[in-house]
Amino acid sequence: MKQAGQKVQPPKGYLKEYAKKKLKHLGKEIKRGKVSYLFIAPFCILFTLFYLVPVIISIGLSFTYYNVLETPNFIGWQNYINLFFADDVFLTAVKNTFLFAVITGPVGYFAALFFAWIINGFKPKLRAILTLVFYAPTISGQAFIVWGFFFSSDLYGFVNGWLMKLGITSEPILWFQNEKYIMPILIVVVLWMSMGTGFLSFIAGLQNVDRSLYEAGYMDGIKNRWQELWHITLPSMKEQLMFGAVMTITSSFAIHDKIAPLAGFPSVNYAAHTVVSHLIDYGTIRFEMGYASAIATLLFLVMILCNKLVQRVLRKVGT
Amino acid sequence: MEKTKRRKFRLKKQAPNRSLWGDGLMLLVLTICGAFMVLPLVYAICNALKPLEELFLFPPKFFVRNPNLNNFHDIFVLMSQSWVPFTRYIFNTVFITLVGTLGHLLVASLCAFALAKHRFPGRNIIFGIIVTALMFSSQVTAIPNYLIMSKLNWLDNYLSLIIPAIAAPLGLFLMKQFMEQIPNTLLEAARIDGAGEFTTFLKIGMPNVKPAWLTLIIFSFQDLWNMQGSNYIYSEELKTLPYALSQISSGGIARAGAASAVVVIMMSVPIIVFIISQSSIIETMASSGIKE
Repeated sequence: MKQAGQKVQPPKGYLKEYAKKKLKHLGKEIKRGKVSYLFIAPFCILFTLFYLVPVIISIGLSFTYYNVLETPNFIGWQNYINLFFADDVFLTAVKNTFLFAVITGPVGYFAALFFAWIINGFKPKLRAILTLVFYAPTISGQAFIVWGFFFSSDLYGFVNGWLMKLGITSEPILWFQNEKYIMPILIVVVLWMSMGTGFLSFIAGLQNVDRSLYEAGYMDGIKNRWQELWHITLPSMKEQLMFGAVMTITSSFAIHDKIAPLAGFPSVNYAAHTVVSHLIDYGTIRFEMGYASAIATLLFLVMILCNKLVQRVLRKVGT
Repeated sequence: MEKTKRRKFRLKKQAPNRSLWGDGLMLLVLTICGAFMVLPLVYAICNALKPLEELFLFPPKFFVRNPNLNNFHDIFVLMSQSWVPFTRYIFNTVFITLVGTLGHLLVASLCAFALAKHRFPGRNIIFGIIVTALMFSSQVTAIPNYLIMSKLNWLDNYLSLIIPAIAAPLGLFLMKQFMEQIPNTLLEAARIDGAGEFTTFLKIGMPNVKPAWLTLIIFSFQDLWNMQGSNYIYSEELKTLPYALSQISSGGIARAGAASAVVVIMMSVPIIVFIISQSSIIETMASSGIKE
């Protein structure tokens, strides 16, 4: 220790002085930025209170047993251990969630990109109409319950009625009570609704691509539309691709609101139970907040990991 | 030889590297998928206009033959039987949507302006945290939020729905990306003329990012308009329109017509708002990408 100290030998109190100077400078800067802090204060206070603090609380509570009535009781990793080793329903939920995320996430994302790309080639009027067509299901909120009428379990349901009329089935199928049909139908419904924000941002990104790049592309011998897409279009809209990916990941891992009214909550034999369903079950029905927080924390971690992964993949676009 | 042949079929404005086959195939896919997107909504509209006997036809018909407005009338009858009048649900949702959206617009714009145009310690860290927060889905924070609301005594109060929406990270993110494009010289000019920071923000900042705030409005509007809020709100007279809808649609087949009518009412408002602001929105999204 002593030798190491002798080797460099900075003047006594040098570090202290330096830190003091820095701090004084910082203080001045902060003072000068008074107005700026006033500007950001309303948002930052509310954001901290309703977005940041909840996440921190959630992580903290996940290590406790907490039933709202008694004070939280620290139990270490017990919630996580129970989740993975003692809770079959959770494992079903994980399986279903990944099935939803793996299918609706990428399919929704690429479909949105694909349609945005085609639509972008049309004249402005037609483009506006088609944009509305593809975005309408996302903004119409509760409209997904139409699928409930479509797949209604009696013979007045559209699908059942016609299947029987055509003699394919002899009695109505209970679509949302049958484990075989429940997931495929829900995946279609979620896809229908999930074009959304990503689609809109792709449309915008495509319009922003520099036209002269295409002309240059023809010169450089880009032969077909696919090469053009990969080498010119996509690299010019990386920011929108990223934005769409974040939105898609967040929504495809958090599916619950849209399926509960259709499949029931809990669904038959947990056939459509997702991680968020499980979270809501424990959080708002059983009031086991610690356990529910552990689920929320895991979900959050998986989302962040997925985002990092997707960012990495997107960096390779066009190379 | 081949080149001239191709040119014959080519449409006037077509780029030189497009094949006719490809165009046809794309159009086909687009038509099929477009139908897939739009038909359920058309079905909802048809159902809403069907008289009772057409709802119980076998086999069921997709389109309506004798449209009438009985279902819409039924909603009011159904709702007048509950002790909270239907108009109250509408008022609740409209109130929450308007206050939440306007509040979000003001608060997020102020913060975005400072983050984009002021230099002060901590701004990069703050923005970094907010970008990460784009990934917090509302379900992750639902439980602690409930605890916070109950500590604040905001349960069963509009505040519990409005205030968190005001600080939504998505809106701030959009506004910040746009505010950055305002030329600094413009702001300097205003400051030299003696305008205070707030005036500069209001008179120079905001008018220059009109498309951005139209986009923010539609995102926020769509979120709040569809908010059920049944986690935080217990009193029937404070409940929202989407909540009332979910009650009607759980009433079974006999109410399929009325439920469709509510769907139509619910979706028509955001769709109209979207159509009005569409052109501006797309302009905004073009510069909303995430910068690495």
